[in-house]
Amino acid sequence: MPGLSGVPTTEVEQKKKDFTSDQEVRWCPGCGDYAVLASVQGFLPELGLARENIVFVSGIGCSSRFPYYMNTYGMHSIHGRAPAIATGLASSRPDLSVWVVTGDGDALSIGGNHLIHALRRNVNVTILLFNNRIYGLTKGQYSPTSEQGKITKSTPMGSLDAPFNPVSLALGAEATFVARTIDSDRAHLTSVLRAAAAHRGTSLVEIYQNCNIFNDGAFEILKNSDTRDEVLIRLEHGEPVRFGVDAEHGIRRNPSTSGLEICSGDDPNVVVHDAHASDPSRAFALSRLADPGTLARTPIGIFRQVERPAYGDLMNDQVDRAVETQGEGDLATLLAGNDTWTVE
Amino acid sequence: MESATAVRGWAQGPGQTKAVSGHTTSERARDGAIDQEASHAVTAKQVRELDRVVIRFAGDSGDGMQLTGDRFTAETASFGNDLSTLPNFPAEIRAPAGTLPGVSSFQLHFADHDILTPGDAPDVLVAMNPAALKANLADLPKGATLIVDTAEFTPRALKKVGYAASPLDDSSLSAYKVHAVDLTGMTMKALEPFNLSRKEASRSKNMFALGLLSWMYGRSIDGTVTFLQTKFATKAAIREANITAVKAGWNYGETTEDFAVSYEIKPAPMAAGRYRNITGNLALSYGLVAASQQSKLPLFLGSYPITPASDILHEMSKHKRFGVRTFQAEDEIAGIGAALGAAFGGALGVTTTSGPGVALKSETIGLAVALELPLLIVDVQRGGPSTGLPTKTEQSDLLQAMFGRNGEAPVPIVAAASPADCFDAAIEAVRIAVTFRTPVFLLSDGYLANGSEPWSIPDVSSLPVIEPDFATEPNHVSDDETAPAEFWPYLRDPETLARPWAVPGTAGLEHRIGGIEKADGIGTISYDPANHDHMVRTRQAKVDNVDVPDLEVDDPTGDARLLVLGWGSTFGPIGAGVRRARRAGHSVAQVHLRHLNPLPANTGEVLRRYDRVLLPEMNLGQLALLLRARYLVDIISYNQVRGLPFKAEELADVIMKEDEQL
Repeated sequence: MPGLSGVPTTEVEQKKKDFTSDQEVRWCPGCGDYAVLASVQGFLPELGLARENIVFVSGIGCSSRFPYYMNTYGMHSIHGRAPAIATGLASSRPDLSVWVVTGDGDALSIGGNHLIHALRRNVNVTILLFNNRIYGLTKGQYSPTSEQGKITKSTPMGSLDAPFNPVSLALGAEATFVARTIDSDRAHLTSVLRAAAAHRGTSLVEIYQNCNIFNDGAFEILKNSDTRDEVLIRLEHGEPVRFGVDAEHGIRRNPSTSGLEICSGDDPNVVVHDAHASDPSRAFALSRLADPGTLARTPIGIFRQVERPAYGDLMNDQVDRAVETQGEGDLATLLAGNDTWTVE
Repeated sequence: MESATAVRGWAQGPGQTKAVSGHTTSERARDGAIDQEASHAVTAKQVRELDRVVIRFAGDSGDGMQLTGDRFTAETASFGNDLSTLPNFPAEIRAPAGTLPGVSSFQLHFADHDILTPGDAPDVLVAMNPAALKANLADLPKGATLIVDTAEFTPRALKKVGYAASPLDDSSLSAYKVHAVDLTGMTMKALEPFNLSRKEASRSKNMFALGLLSWMYGRSIDGTVTFLQTKFATKAAIREANITAVKAGWNYGETTEDFAVSYEIKPAPMAAGRYRNITGNLALSYGLVAASQQSKLPLFLGSYPITPASDILHEMSKHKRFGVRTFQAEDEIAGIGAALGAAFGGALGVTTTSGPGVALKSETIGLAVALELPLLIVDVQRGGPSTGLPTKTEQSDLLQAMFGRNGEAPVPIVAAASPADCFDAAIEAVRIAVTFRTPVFLLSDGYLANGSEPWSIPDVSSLPVIEPDFATEPNHVSDDETAPAEFWPYLRDPETLARPWAVPGTAGLEHRIGGIEKADGIGTISYDPANHDHMVRTRQAKVDNVDVPDLEVDDPTGDARLLVLGWGSTFGPIGAGVRRARRAGHSVAQVHLRHLNPLPANTGEVLRRYDRVLLPEMNLGQLALLLRARYLVDIISYNQVRGLPFKAEELADVIMKEDEQL
């Protein structure tokens, strides 16, 4: 897998428990974070990496406790800065598999700047963005992904802010891998993780995650078997974009606006999803289908997956090239410079 | 100052001071072939010997005054004088032409003996326009030499800075030795063969001025010719024009009756060794590269451009062949964040900034304190608060470095004393960071950053070796001896109190660290009150425990009652002030603090040894506050925040006044 090339592997068979630390997990009972943790711990053995070469870096928030529960190297850092810290680590240590665990407040509010710059640089890290559309750790204020008008402790008359769409944001920030998945759909979550880990460069995985204390049921419409088929659009590379109980709806291009619109599932113009398209505009248009208020027409899956050199690889190439063309540095020569005089 | 009169022959002319490596000073002074091109002008002019000179080049910020100063400095360094420089320029890249705020200057003090400062007042002012004259005239003592470019003294330019009439035409400059010279006009004339535009040709006037001053003070222009050949290697016309201008300036001095005397300043006696001239930012950069080599830790610099620290980022980015990785981050926070991430991975993590950047990095410095990882924060201080005076110097970040974080977050602090000392201070700061697993502040300032002095190039084998001593195996066996050995990330070295540095990739040592309080030893999250109290005290004890050398007081007569104390870049001016006071018959002791946290163990004893302690600082008394609180000594502060280093004479006055009261 290109995303993990250079990371040492092991022949020893690994199990979920090998990635489980001895620390008691302290999320609220029923939190969606448990499902994500179990999925990640269950998925990592599949990669066959030397456990000591895996690092989880997090910021602040409920999700950011994640590293403590992983039996790998880990750093629980400060609010919003995990992408910056991971950038230094990943670009100076290409032999590591570096993961960032963050939330909607951590990544998109206080850490928004670091997120977009990690994406544009294409640092070789996988970012798991747990989006529960609420501030959980500080007990229930609205977040940058909360729907407008949301009543919370800090917005008794409703929030005024328009929410971010994290997928649209990432695509606008030159991201090379952008996906969305849901905490409760383990098979889908695992398949997205697999692709994200395989990708060289920054992989952004938005995970809809339920906060059962402060924003319970935020994604219920996407999870409930009575409603989900009508609102959830599953993106598969190379497949027509259809949804509905019997795939009776489709997505096609509106020739007059060049935007996307809903059509009948058997419309001959239903678009075929191309996650590898170099032009991100189709992926962006797909990301705009979702209604930020109701979550109707929410696509999940991999929106974009394209190749571009990873930041650390470019940085290390420059170091190698400097040594190749100029030779290894000699300290005495450097200190002396070209303009000296001698006193005897 | 003038000590002898002699007639100078060609031995001091241009062309004889071949650059440089391997020639001894005395050889270079003797060695000499006649420059045939200039030899038509041989006139036996008077040569006076001086022991020291201060020259200030001043002009518009687009006039190339910094380059002119740099070149004169390079030739002066090669010649073997001791020297010290003070560049002074506006924050605007191109302030409106001909205005007072747009004036840029470069002051150089050079001597036949050891000197400590760039000089209080110029002996010679070169003013390229009325604004430069007006902005600098107040600093010029009576009797000093003034060289002005008459071409720029037009009614419009005069009016722009508020001169009703040209000061060259009335008696307002009668106190000075004025040389009103058409520098621009003569430059244009000399460059006629090159078919340059008026604008292009006139741009070489700074090189004409450099040539003239080089003649006046017996400097070679060879190095400058070589410099121009390299700089304009692909631009033949510009190259030849500038070379012609510098030679024309030299020849003008040699020929004209206006300059009847030239001066000789003999090389200064210096300790044997190989020397180069170096600025603080360059020395600091080299110190970082050296520390990386001496610790065998790959250096990762995370930085965001900020004056006056950016040159360190520029310099470090040239040294990839040493394994140096430089990262220009999206902001100050990401700069230090990436450096800390790299440190977690086993790199020498460094971030470089100035005061406003430190403010933004505070939270990450606190995280590094909690993580107990090595990290170097370089603060090249400038005038504050807020944006303050970006291009000017100040020492006002001491308390920010000391306390500017939430919680009890002690950080060792090292402050460089001179431009060349930035090299050693950088290595020392890295040694502390790596040995004690802690973030460390290295304080420089705008004066050190851009100022320069001769540097005795150290022998690499004499540099300290820094041992990272990475953890490689489990360090804890539980009571149940059948259980496998564990790795405890906060199990400390009993001597240094440093925790083990186990980097990812080391099998069996997987661990998690973070900003939440940890149980000492095992390193898991702990909210236990007793543990937190213990950890806060332990982190403080670790910093207090850093091995720093005792203060050594300079008290030559042994009977001084007044101690003058300083830290950082005031070392030179205080030393010069103390020398003056001693020459005037005062017994004065001097001591300098290089380690600000922890303070040397004998600090209290030294302070109490004297009847009075005087502490000049370029802030409102920050170190005085710390020392008074800690040692209950009634320190007398002398403070200035003018964006400029102290003047030696002014400090001498203060020192003598304090001494006289005893």
